[in-house]
Amino acid sequence: MDRSSPIAFTLDPGSGVPTYLQLVHQVEHAVRLGYLTPGDQLPKVREVVAALAINPNTVLKAYRELENKGLTSGRPGQGTFLSSAVEQVDLTGLTGLRRRLLTWLGDADGTGLDHAGIVALFTSTLRDFDERRETRGAGRRAGGGVA
Amino acid sequence: MSVVETRGLAKRYGRTIALQDCDLTLPEGQLAALVGPNGAGKSTLLNLVVGLSRPSSGEVVVLDGIPAGSLAALDGIAYVAQDMPLYRNLSAADMIHLTRNLNGTFDDAYAQRRLDDLGIEPRRRSGRLSGGQRAQLALTLALARHPRLLVLDEPTASLDPLARHDFMATVMAAMAEDGVSVVLSSHVLSELERVADYLVLISHGRVRIDGVVEDLLGTHRLLTGPTGGERDPGWHAVQETAAGAQTTLLARTVAPVPTAQGWESRPVTLEELTMAYLREEKPSTPWTLVEVAS
Repeated sequence: MDRSSPIAFTLDPGSGVPTYLQLVHQVEHAVRLGYLTPGDQLPKVREVVAALAINPNTVLKAYRELENKGLTSGRPGQGTFLSSAVEQVDLTGLTGLRRRLLTWLGDADGTGLDHAGIVALFTSTLRDFDERRETRGAGRRAGGGVA
Repeated sequence: MSVVETRGLAKRYGRTIALQDCDLTLPEGQLAALVGPNGAGKSTLLNLVVGLSRPSSGEVVVLDGIPAGSLAALDGIAYVAQDMPLYRNLSAADMIHLTRNLNGTFDDAYAQRRLDDLGIEPRRRSGRLSGGQRAQLALTLALARHPRLLVLDEPTASLDPLARHDFMATVMAAMAEDGVSVVLSSHVLSELERVADYLVLISHGRVRIDGVVEDLLGTHRLLTGPTGGERDPGWHAVQETAAGAQTTLLARTVAPVPTAQGWESRPVTLEELTMAYLREEKPSTPWTLVEVAS
């Protein structure tokens, strides 16, 4: 077996998020938190498939998506590697977002929304946002092979 | 490229119609899942595909146009029947020996490696193996022939969750490494979303819906809104539940965001979609949709 990848995928079957997107999100998350750095190799398709008992076409789709986003690149016969050019959200940006979110939460609390209500509102709005973004992005996506 | 193609396929047993008007094209390199209630015609279709029975009318070809049941077809297809067909008194090693001698192609090294990986003692009689090991042995015999098409009839029905996971992992690994196409029938709807590329839903001897899983999920939504309220014209309700002022629809629609006032929408899971279509077939039966709209 080759050197093991620094990321191991897991699945949340109850999340309602499509499997390939879960894989994409996990890579993005790991990049953001610095667990994955440029040059790191993602697990081979057959390794993911054997570990999670999921369809290899799903893994290929996730890897294609990551490549289309510019996060990874495939090297034929070797595997998929994290690209050197990876955008990371800078810390000051995160702090600002967090501050505005806290203000928003205060407003929501003021209107009488409880915890569950806030979560429901946020989740459904985020879902709409994702779908709109996905509809917009679908047009410019092109197919690309991953080894 | 298609691994299975049927045109007007029908099978009758005496006066009973087990399957009719079946037109299907199953793509290569993918896993097609066959779902439907007991007695719907799933095993009938699989038997026709592997050549164990002959059509009453219509035709079925496999692996790009080879007639089902012909020698060329048999060579390219491996079939694992529902009850994990093994001779209970033969050891795992004997089963491998037998299968090797009965088939033109057999990868002995693969079979031996799989036995090692599975921790199956070669001299142990197959009747004395655990359910999971028996299933894995039957699967190993099928995969060692390096078929182009693997047909599985409810392979995981009797397995515990761990054995079921390991079994499907083996099938998925064979897809990744060998490029084998798979057709399987299953009642385990929850597992299909992770493994199926293509879905065929059969009930009462007819194909109810079939299509690429991603397309099916992309064209159905779960909608929650006011009972009697205005609806978008593009919604085709497959299933509808009214609970007082709130109505839940599982509908065919291409628009992800509702325009009608007061409606919320979320994606459906493959399990929800399948259940909705299975229920639609019997509209007279009362049912309730247990669903928490998020």
